[in-house]
Amino acid sequence: MKEELFVSGRNIPNIDPYLNIWHWEIPVYLFLGGLAAGIMFFAGLFLVLGKEKEMPTTVKWAPFLVPVALVLGLFALFLDLKHQLYFWRLYTTIRMESPMSWGAWTLMIITPLSFLWAASYIKEAIPSWKWPMSILDKMEKLIIQYRKPMAWAMMVLAVILGVYTGILLSAFNARPLWNTSILGPLFLVSGLSTGLAAIIWMSKSHYERTILSKIDITLIGVELFLIIHLLMGFLAATEVQIEAANLFLGGSFTVTFWVFVIILGLIVPAILEILELVGYKIPLWIPSLLILIGGFMFRLIMVEAGQITRYLY
Amino acid sequence: MRYAMAIDTKKCVGCGDCVVACQTENNVPIGYCRDWIVENVAGSYPNVEVELRSERCNHCDNSPCVRCCPTGASHIVEGGIVKVTHDECIGCGACIQSCPYDARYSHPEGYVDKCTFCDHRLAKGQTTACVAVCPTSCLYFGDLEDPNSDVSKALKNRSWKVLAPEAGTKPQLYFLT
Repeated sequence: MKEELFVSGRNIPNIDPYLNIWHWEIPVYLFLGGLAAGIMFFAGLFLVLGKEKEMPTTVKWAPFLVPVALVLGLFALFLDLKHQLYFWRLYTTIRMESPMSWGAWTLMIITPLSFLWAASYIKEAIPSWKWPMSILDKMEKLIIQYRKPMAWAMMVLAVILGVYTGILLSAFNARPLWNTSILGPLFLVSGLSTGLAAIIWMSKSHYERTILSKIDITLIGVELFLIIHLLMGFLAATEVQIEAANLFLGGSFTVTFWVFVIILGLIVPAILEILELVGYKIPLWIPSLLILIGGFMFRLIMVEAGQITRYLY
Repeated sequence: MRYAMAIDTKKCVGCGDCVVACQTENNVPIGYCRDWIVENVAGSYPNVEVELRSERCNHCDNSPCVRCCPTGASHIVEGGIVKVTHDECIGCGACIQSCPYDARYSHPEGYVDKCTFCDHRLAKGQTTACVAVCPTSCLYFGDLEDPNSDVSKALKNRSWKVLAPEAGTKPQLYFLT
């Protein structure tokens, strides 16, 4: 049976003919949030494991990127708001049912924590660094003393932040492409992988890069596994979700998804990292850059494509 | 009390009076609307069926827009009407993403806007603007819990459907078929 729908009396900007209310700001934020979560998680992990000396980039230097990433990410979020002067309303309430409220509060805790972590290592990074006030010197000593509990807190909060970037989307039942519980773990794993890519790019120690490459290859494997499950789950679900999966399986996002996310963003960097591990001379910034671009493209495509999927016309 | 609306798809002619009445009554900015007409043509010639529907916010019982709102700007008032408090809305767009009916839009002033079931008119004992102007009287509004309300009476003797029930939002617009 053929069916045609005409909607009249309605042509609302960014809603018709299909939803496009979220633009580049949200994927940028999801990417930077995932990246920050990845770096923080491994910084905390390797400090707790007592590897501070062997893995200086992971524990000390890469975390300097985190406050920058979080502030830029928050700024992107702020740009996305249409009623910007009222943004503080996020912090006058806690709404248990709203993932965005959870995210706003998580960022409220994790951002200062990332600044404290960086501050505790600033004298090692810049030996001539001097705090302008003596009270800051005392505070520095205090946070250096409490690095271990901070590392635990960072790991827990990084997982919440990483999962949240996925749950933010998966909680929207109205957009079938997003409405799958795999999205939370998938975005977490992808975020951890982009974090590792950034650390590997910065690291000068062969020992450190080898350990991180091995973890990264495993994470890429898990990510591919989760993406296959995502598509399988859609294809075994309702009509709207089959249509959502078809956007990547012959539909309008097929080429961008498979080329930029799967091949260039996951498979090629994994092969390059494996080749480097077995002894080939490959500059590791190449797989790192590919993973970072792939991670951003994944979020961009998911946000764009998700808004097209729907229940009605 | 549970406000709801029934739309007689056999009587609706798709004139769009409800759309214009709403825009006028609620000062909806040009280019935007809180209600709209859908013309659904099904089948192939000569066996073609047309269904006309005047659509708007479904004021769902299980409203995802209220759940996902990070500030509590989206809320439910008496009678199950879903409303937005303008100076609590940050314009994040979460509720727009969450609505399977695309019944919300971003007002040019920044906050999210939508159908209110004309609660300012209800408070004065009037019915909604769209119902008041409908030239074929195909819209029925009232309290579902009151068996003598227009909407209860309209639903009593007719078959009806709701849109996208599989989205699980328990919508409160009933389309008489």
